[in-house]
Order: sequence, then structure tokens, then C-alpha cells
Amino acid sequence: MALTTQAAGPVGLPAGSAPQPTRRRRLGLPPMTAKLATGLIISGAIVLFGLLGPFVVQDPARVDDIGLTGPSGAHLMGTTQTGQDVLAQLAYATRGSLTIGAIVGVLTLLLSGFFGVVGAYAGGWVDEFFSLCTNIMLVIPGLPLVIVISSYVPDKSLWLVALVLSLTGWAGSARVLRGYTLSLRNRDYVLASRVAGEKRWRILAVEILPNLIPLLASQVVFAVIFAILGEAGLAYLGLGASGSISWGTMLYYAQNGLALRLGAWWWFVPPGLLLALFGAALSLINFSIDEIINPKLRNQTRSARRGWVMSRKQLETAKEATL
Amino acid sequence: MTTLTAEHLVKNYHLRRGLRGGTLRAVDDVSFTLEPGRTVALVGQSGSGKSTIAKLLLQLERPTAGRILVDGKPVQRRGGGLRRYRRTVQMVFQDPFASLNPYHTVEHHLERPIRLHHPKLASDEVHRRVLHLLERVRLTPAENVAARRPHQLSGGQRQRVAIARALAPGPGVLIADEPVSMLDVSIRLGVLNLLATLQREEDLGLLYITHDLATARHFADEILVMYRGRIVERGDADEVILRPQHEYTKTLAAAAPNPERRLSELRGG
Ligand SMILES: Nc1ncnc2c1ncn2[C@@H]1O[C@H](COP(=O)(O)OP(=O)(O)OP(=O)(O)O)[C@@H](O)[C@H]1O
Ligand SMILES: [Mg+2]
Repeated sequence: MALTTQAAGPVGLPAGSAPQPTRRRRLGLPPMTAKLATGLIISGAIVLFGLLGPFVVQDPARVDDIGLTGPSGAHLMGTTQTGQDVLAQLAYATRGSLTIGAIVGVLTLLLSGFFGVVGAYAGGWVDEFFSLCTNIMLVIPGLPLVIVISSYVPDKSLWLVALVLSLTGWAGSARVLRGYTLSLRNRDYVLASRVAGEKRWRILAVEILPNLIPLLASQVVFAVIFAILGEAGLAYLGLGASGSISWGTMLYYAQNGLALRLGAWWWFVPPGLLLALFGAALSLINFSIDEIINPKLRNQTRSARRGWVMSRKQLETAKEATL
Repeated sequence: MTTLTAEHLVKNYHLRRGLRGGTLRAVDDVSFTLEPGRTVALVGQSGSGKSTIAKLLLQLERPTAGRILVDGKPVQRRGGGLRRYRRTVQMVFQDPFASLNPYHTVEHHLERPIRLHHPKLASDEVHRRVLHLLERVRLTPAENVAARRPHQLSGGQRQRVAIARALAPGPGVLIADEPVSMLDVSIRLGVLNLLATLQREEDLGLLYITHDLATARHFADEILVMYRGRIVERGDADEVILRPQHEYTKTLAAAAPNPERRLSELRGG
């Protein structure tokens, strides 16, 4: 049983191949793909419209006796049955829907992060208790509860609707986060930082949370989609926030005003289209984030596959070499 | 200069099987001493409790019974005592792909233990020490390596980073849990030799946990053979390998790859 001892010589790295991790990679951002770019541009445009639109349009509540009219110079997107400007309503509705989405996104992040991540990291009875809460919220059917609460409270603010939507929506995210945190907290690098003497909260904040960011981001984006669609559904049923306007309330009034039967497409198409576009754009962003979490979803693009094809000249030389 | 002593360590795990609970004795009455400048190898089959001993020594788990002594004094489990203990006893993990955080750079991994244990150092002094550590584990150019993230390094390079991290607080005892089993065969010896060199330079007490009797004999002064949580045989490295007493050690030694015996068998047959 003889072993020769090699000298422990230096392990040189190839010089010049200095890896300059790009800023995007270092910040953990997803690579810019066509999917991501499309999603960002569409949702960015809609957000800008919701932020700035209300400052430039007419008063959405001003009633005019011209009634239902098509798009014209005075009213770019026409008017509703009561002569209100559709463009102005659309701008305020966008702001309303986005506000709901933002509130629910933040609340879901806080609730699911607290119950999912902190519970799983703390372990023991804290984890038991937190997952009990999560499971209870998970089995309560969301939409019926929302309808019940909404119909009980007569005077609903935007905030109340957002609160109800986030209370019924966070549990799913919390479960996903809990599972992933449980797997992260037993990774060797977490043990290694305990051995190094890091404090517990610092391990959570510096070693674990950064690896959760993609998952958190995708959960939040999902929550925003859920909230905006959910609110639109509630508003369409007439259970939306009173005193504020969203894409859902616009559709509700258009439906009540028989817009479809009267062929007033300018009244119901814009809010419906924005709703669909925004949902699709957020989904595109979510797919791109998912691809970081799960590299298996990353498929080759067509241009990458084209790179495998040999040129005619290469083929000929290959043929010559084999003959 | 640190002497670490394990006295009659026992660790039970509670298993949940349906409604009934069972206990599994992962470590059963284990005692040994790690002295400066000496390497002790802990060999045994999978599941025999080797990693559990490492976890007990690193205070990642609490022993069910028995105690751990540093220079004759029982270890402290919290506060300043624990911080001093963390500075003295360090660990190299088995899997270099799991023991480095994919989100952080090499610099972060080495800087944190330095800052934790030497809080008064200025930033450029910390950076200098990081580069020095990288040079000591023969990762050059150090500036270049420090800026990398783990996925930009090979397995062997990662394990060298892990070794540098373990050395960062300036420990007296190093525990290496199968430090090369995840690495390619061709680079194992290089990493082991590096460990041995650093051990000699720093006069470290080294606990080398492994499956591999050949490297255990080559690198260790003393071998402990573990079987089902107990130490069934212990002694001078050559003694244990050449004249195994316990049944389990005999099968282990016979199963170890031995080119000379294999050749003679072929000639004879
Ligand atoms: N957290 C735990 N809970 C319950 N049982 C455990 C736990 N950790 C380890 N065990 C059990 O303790 C026993 C010893 O495990 P240990 O990891 O120490 O083995 P090992 O000798 O390191 O094996 P290997 O060579 O495969 O690394 C095993 O039977 C294992 O299933
Ligand atoms: Mg092990």
C-alpha cells in the first residue's frame, strides 16, 4: 500500500480569463430575454399610464347630456351612456386597479414571508404554529369568503378590498416559501456560517434571503395578477370598492349600460384589453423569473440551436477527414 | 495550541414512525483526544455516526450524554465562550458544491469569519488577509479568485476556498469531514497534501473523517474505527491497518484496494 506524495503545488488559474460577473448577474437579475423585455415594456407602459394619465385627462365624473357617443376629437375614446369621458375613466380605473395590485403585492410579501420564511427558519413549535395558521387559511375557500365579507360591509374602501384579497391569497405563497426555506436552512453553507459564528438573524438576512429573492419575486408577481383579476371579478359582480373606480367597475357599468348590445365597443374593450394585457405582461415576467429558479425550464432559443448546424464548408472537410 | 477532548459522547436521535417514537443511538460512548500537530483519522462505513461526531464537536448538535473539553475545561455553549470556541474549532465540509453560498463571492466567504473574530480590523487589512489566505491554499492570482462566485470555480478550487475559510479565524483544531470524497480522484491527493502542509505549518489538531483506509494510513498518526456508533478499534495507524483485531476492521482492510496483493493473487491464480 504505497502512496506517492505529490508536492502541493500551486493551482494556477488561467490568467486573463478574469471573470467579470456582469452587473445583472451579480444583482441576481434574470437575463434579459425577449419574453422579459416584452413583459416589462407592456407593464411599464400601463403603470406609467396609471401614474400620469389622471393628471392630463378630463374629469371622469363630469356628466354630459351628449349621451353615448363614439370616439371623436372632444372625447378621444368616446363617452359612456351618461356622457362621461371613457379615456378619463380608463386612466383613473388603471390607477385604481394598480393600487389594489400594489397593496396586495406588498401585504402578500409580508404575510407569506413572515409565516413561511420566518416560521421555517425558526423551526420547532413556532414552525408548527405558523404552518397551522397557513393551512387553515389555505383550506378556507378564497373567493366565497371574499364575496361574503364584501357583501357584509356596505361601505368598502379600496384598502378593505385589498386587505380581504391579500388575507385570502397569502397562504399558498407561504407554503411554497416554507418548503424552500426548509431546504435552504439545512444547506451546508448555512451550517458553515453557524460554525463561523454568525448570528442567527444575520444568517437569515444575508445567507438565506438572497437565495429566496427569485422565489419571492415570482410569488409577489403572482399575487398582483391574482389581486387585479380578483378585484375585477368582484367589481363586475357589483361587490367592488365604493367610491373608487377600477377596470372591473368600468366593465360592470358598461355591462349595466348595455354597451355590448348597443355596440359601444369603445366603452368595454379598453378596460378589458388593459386587464388582459397587464395580466399577460406580468405572467411573462413571472416565466422569466421561474427560469432562474428552475433552469430546466430554460429552453434553447432558435438562434442558439442554429449555432449547432455545420456550415457546408465544415461538412466537406469533415467528409474528407473520414474518407 | 488547543487540545480538544471528547469524553463518553452519546447522541440519540428521536425518530418519528407514525404514532410510536423510536430512538436511534447514532453515537455511543465515544472518547478521544485531538492534540496539536497530530492527525486522527475516523473511519467507518456510511451511517456509522462519523458526521454526527463532527456535528457534536462543532456544537451544531448537543450531546445526549458525555462532554467536550477544551484544554481540560468543559466547553461553553453560549455567549463569549461560544465565540471563543468558534474561533478555536473549525470545519471543512464534505461537499464543496453545497458548503459555499452560490449568491456570495469568495471574498465574502473569507471576509466574514475574519471580521467576526477580529472586529477591530480595518477594511483594507481584512482584504489583505483574504488575499493572503487564498495564497496559502494556493489559489492564485488571489485578487482574481476573490472576486469570483462559487459557480465559477472547479470542485477542487471550491474545496480550497472552504479550507481557507476554515483557517480564517486562526483555529487550533480542524475537523475535515470527508474533505475529498466529492472531488475527482485526480485532484484528491493535491487537496489532502495541502491540508497536511497547512496542518504542519499551523500545528493544528486534525480530525480526518473518511471512508478511505489508504489515505487514513498515509496521513493520520492514529486511526479510530467506528462501527454502528461505537469505536471498535483504535491505535497507531500502521498497527490498525496491518494487524486489525476487530472483525469489522479486518473486512474493511481486506476490501481496501491493494495493488500488490491483487498482483500476487493474479500471479498465483
Ligand atoms: N438529524 C438526524 N435525525 C435523525 N437521525 C439522524 C440525524 N442525523 C443523522 N442521523 C442518523 O444517525 C446515523 C449516523 O449518521 P451520520 O451522518 O453520522 O453517518 P456517517 O458516518 O457520517 O455516514 P456517511 O459516511 O454516509 O457520511 C445515521 O443512521 C443517520 O440516519
Ligand atoms: Mg457523513
